[in-house]
Amino acid sequence: MDGPANTVSYFVAGYGVIFGILGIYLASLVSRWRNLSRDEKTLADLEENQ
Amino acid sequence: MGSRPKLLIVLDGVTVVMLLTATLLVFFYAPMERVMGAVQKVFYFHVAAGWVGMISFLVAAAAGVIHLIKKNIAWDRIGVAAIEIGLAFAMMNIITGSIWARPIWNTWWTWDPRLTTATIMVLIYFAYMMLRAGIEEPERRARFGAVYAIIGFLSVPLTFFSIRIWNTIHPVVIASGDPSATGAFDMTPAMAQVFLFSLVTFTVLYFDLLWHRVRLGILADRVEHLKLKLQS
Repeated sequence: MDGPANTVSYFVAGYGVIFGILGIYLASLVSRWRNLSRDEKTLADLEENQ
Repeated sequence: MGSRPKLLIVLDGVTVVMLLTATLLVFFYAPMERVMGAVQKVFYFHVAAGWVGMISFLVAAAAGVIHLIKKNIAWDRIGVAAIEIGLAFAMMNIITGSIWARPIWNTWWTWDPRLTTATIMVLIYFAYMMLRAGIEEPERRARFGAVYAIIGFLSVPLTFFSIRIWNTIHPVVIASGDPSATGAFDMTPAMAQVFLFSLVTFTVLYFDLLWHRVRLGILADRVEHLKLKLQS
């Protein structure tokens, strides 16, 4: 046996996918929250002006 | 994200610390498997992501049952949040599994029972998101979501037990011993510690994300309510 197979690139790709998906999901949560907060403020202003 | 409750701020902090610790343990503490090499370390977060996906679909099914009994829209918010997060983790599980399979099985994909049932499970929940988006009336949408989440959950135990029911090359982590499995390994105590810590970390991460996603649902409902109020 020459030791373990050289699979470092697959290891890096695996963890890249894990943190990539996690990052995209977190960014989508933040972005949706910001958009909804802006909508809520605009609608509240409209309601006040009516 | 808005003014968070103190407990959620604490949970966010604990989650970040645990995730960082789990990553460092995987990278520097878990020993290198003597045949597969570094790619074996994908296993820790791969299994943890699969675990969270299944827990999440269970939460959605339970929320569906409670919604049908209590007719409270809050349970629908929990249900849809759980399925959305479950899908993200299930995708993580499938893609990392494919990356691991390339050097170990010499293929990115094979229609093995575990891979096939996991794919069907993910497609069932993707369909949930699409079908749900097509229903305008909130009560009807919530009722549909509840029934779908309960029936869709049948795919979860089928996926979990597929490697025990059918002949498969997918390794069985707990109570292994199937000689036809390719890529199985015996866990050393250090590997078991990292594995258990990763499972706990991902469970904490899941409940942290669920809380945030439910808050987002509450905000979305508030905006929807304001829109309807202005239209009438």
